Amino acid sequence: MAEYSAFSLLKNALTGNKDWKPAWRKPDPKASYDVIVIGGGGHGLSTAYYLAKEHGITNVAVLEKGWLGSGNVGRNTTAVRSNYLLPQNTRFYEHSMKLWENLSHDLNYNVMFSQRGCLNLAHTPAQLDDYARRGNAMRHLGVDAELMSVDQIKRLVPALDVSGSARFPVVGGLMQRRAGSARHDAVAWGYARGADRRGVDIIENCEVTGFLRDGDRVTGVSTTRGEIRAKKVALAVAGSTGRVMQLAGISHMPIESHVLQAFVSESLKPIIDTILTFGMGHFYISQSDKGGLVYGGDLDGYNSYAQRGSLPIVDEVMSEMLALFPGLARVRMLRSWGGLCDMTMDGSPIITTGPLPGMYLNCGWCYGGFKATPASGWCFAYTIAKDEPHDFNAPFTLDRFYRGLIIDDKGQGATPRLH
Amino acid sequence: MLITCPYCGPRDVIEFTYQGDGNRQRPQPASQNLDAWNAYVYDRLNPAGDHNEIWQHSGGCRAHLRVVRNTITHEILSTEFARGGHKTESRS
Repeated sequence: MAEYSAFSLLKNALTGNKDWKPAWRKPDPKASYDVIVIGGGGHGLSTAYYLAKEHGITNVAVLEKGWLGSGNVGRNTTAVRSNYLLPQNTRFYEHSMKLWENLSHDLNYNVMFSQRGCLNLAHTPAQLDDYARRGNAMRHLGVDAELMSVDQIKRLVPALDVSGSARFPVVGGLMQRRAGSARHDAVAWGYARGADRRGVDIIENCEVTGFLRDGDRVTGVSTTRGEIRAKKVALAVAGSTGRVMQLAGISHMPIESHVLQAFVSESLKPIIDTILTFGMGHFYISQSDKGGLVYGGDLDGYNSYAQRGSLPIVDEVMSEMLALFPGLARVRMLRSWGGLCDMTMDGSPIITTGPLPGMYLNCGWCYGGFKATPASGWCFAYTIAKDEPHDFNAPFTLDRFYRGLIIDDKGQGATPRLH
Repeated sequence: MLITCPYCGPRDVIEFTYQGDGNRQRPQPASQNLDAWNAYVYDRLNPAGDHNEIWQHSGGCRAHLRVVRNTITHEILSTEFARGGHKTESRS
């Protein structure tokens, strides 16, 4: 029977909520495993979950250097969408969307997935043409997309300044209604519990300090809690990819780590019931179930491992918010924070075998890792179990940069801070 | 973050444009060494710690600068004129 049900809630309520068992154990690491997943964020945990669920591989450890969910899975702005232009990205993110649509049921854990839509605003006729093209590309692959007029947008988001006197007047927008948001901590906790119940060891406060090698082959890791051997070692460390790869002797990657800030305001009555993106800068906003406006903007723009941002971007993000919503000028900002983004040279991720024998690599999520969490883990688990990629992640190789097979959705070139 | 421009003195980071990893080796234009071109275009050192990088004082004197900056603390350790931008491999 499902662990969480109306019946179990009632039973535990009547007995003072004393009988719940922890959502995951705190095991000590064993001497060896079939698979070690480095990184206890969303992607690492979903990888372990799908390894156990889809492939029956349960002798798995997830190693997390801090506490579970302390990295990007708890630092993102929870947007889930599959509105890409290029077919490689569209297919992958649409697979993710389909997993999201059934995720709470699959995990028996309410991830509060809310399909409230994602609306990209256009501010020039050329931009609207470009959105029409993207919408058509999405619909061609069976993804929902809808071009919206200013009147429709005005009805959907009454607080938005759609007047001709706005700083950047809105001329239309591209809507994906199936897009939405989810509770990010619940995603980490749900996957952790699902993996743990299937036998996966989730080992927190266990930092990888080196790789055990037999020639080229990776045979395990040394950690702050001792050496652990494994047949397969999988990396899902996002912004720390460069740092961890250097432990394996690989000094250069097609990746730069950048810091991205996010913000939340004080709680307001419902005012924005969709996810809105600004077309004349880098800004996006949604409203959480608690009422806080959750919003963010561009990268700080230089390499950083600091997990905190600088003030010029705070200023820019606030300006962009006020360009769209002059009425929010007196709303107070509650918190801001930063997360590390592993920006690739084409803005698309890497899920692949290698680059060393016995190693598997999942990285390059740029600022879009949260929405990919289910499909990333699903595809990575497939790749680890079968030693070959699934069709969904076959294009996301590491060597695509050197073979002329880049997947550059934005057409920006090899300048990671611009993707 | 303040960057000390050798001409203009300490200035706010918003006056500068980031041009990335300063360790990259640009092949000679006629080079047909694809590995070297690939490495120049796509490979990055991306260290957690001291990083040798190029900035331009685009909102000031427009000089290109070679800056050593710590990517964990954002502390700037040295600034000098870049003299040639990205390193170029020597003719041989």
